[in-house]
Amino acid sequence: MTCDLWLSKLDAYVDGACSQEELASLEVHFRTCSSCAAEALSRLQMKRMTQAAAARYYPSPEFRLRIERSIEPKRRPVWVFAWMPAVAVALVLLAVGLTLWAWHAAREQALAELVDLHVATLASANPVDVVSTDRHTVKPWFQGKLPFTFNLPDLQNSSFKLVGGRVMYFEHSPGAQLLFQIRNHQLSVFILQDRPDAIPLAMGATARDMAFNVETWSESGLRYVVISDASPADVHDLSDLIRGVR
Amino acid sequence: MPLFARLYNFAHWLTQDRASAEDLVQETYMKALRGFSSFQQGTNFRAWMYRIMRNTFLTTQAGLKVSASLDSDDEAVEPTVPATPESVLLARMEQKMIQDTLEKLPVKFREIILLCDLEEMSYQEIGETLGIPMGTVMSRLSRARKAMRELLAARVQGASR
Repeated sequence: MTCDLWLSKLDAYVDGACSQEELASLEVHFRTCSSCAAEALSRLQMKRMTQAAAARYYPSPEFRLRIERSIEPKRRPVWVFAWMPAVAVALVLLAVGLTLWAWHAAREQALAELVDLHVATLASANPVDVVSTDRHTVKPWFQGKLPFTFNLPDLQNSSFKLVGGRVMYFEHSPGAQLLFQIRNHQLSVFILQDRPDAIPLAMGATARDMAFNVETWSESGLRYVVISDASPADVHDLSDLIRGVR
Repeated sequence: MPLFARLYNFAHWLTQDRASAEDLVQETYMKALRGFSSFQQGTNFRAWMYRIMRNTFLTTQAGLKVSASLDSDDEAVEPTVPATPESVLLARMEQKMIQDTLEKLPVKFREIILLCDLEEMSYQEIGETLGIPMGTVMSRLSRARKAMRELLAARVQGASR
């Protein structure tokens, strides 16, 4: 093989692209041909010097930052805007759900406390502090005991009978508990001050709580709650009588 | 950002201008991002990036001027000056001289030398980057190095006069 043929393989030799066979035969030739060996060495040096010289240009930090910004900001909004409505809706639903749950739980708790008061009153040997069927006796008894006043209905033409009344405390405030009777059933009428921070009692609604019938409403700054094991119709009739008092 | 500094260096060598190199790098990354779905996993990412850069360069004003000469691999570049012994040449060579010589090389020679010597790509990677077969890679690289040696020899001769 002439040196021209060996020289044609030198590029592959310096680039490490020779096969094992070519590499072995080239190295054998270099031992006997100083000209080809010198040329191979020159080309290796040339490759290394080119490598060093060609690493010449470096990007400025400002340019790197500009490229990073031009690439990254386009990704984030896609994610943000794609999920923002769903996240917002989920948060609103969660907030509404929590509010409703809290409102419902507080209302249930308040009604349960009043039902307990009604039951405790019936179980007591002295259920009322003022015992009288006369509304003109019962109402004045509360004077000076409550920070508000109220009217009682005339029951002469009704099936209801006034039993008496007592002062009770609910949500750290004094209120009136009036006891009525219809047939063998007792009915408690709670009259409370309507405050902005008061626990809601589903005003204007009727409900059935723990087998007791309940009717509530709000009027002239007062909250009224009627509780009894009597029928819903009886509870409603008594509520109408009290609402009709002017 | 992968390959950022190396791509910038390669872009500067192609365009020989800082502003144009920055534009070329930026456009390369944007095209790579847009076309990343077309990149086949398991294939050569580096060759893919350099191919995007080179193809982008060829569509620029400067690139269009050189693209016409890229397919003329059959035309041998004849030496314009006789080669001198390289051991003598290398002894007198300086880094600046090599850089100046690289700048004077036609783009198709400059790029293949950079991909091979600087980026240390295999012939197969260079073929993927430039979109040419391996045989063409080897013949073009051989002629590119020959042209570089001749230019260097001419500079050395000119400097010694």
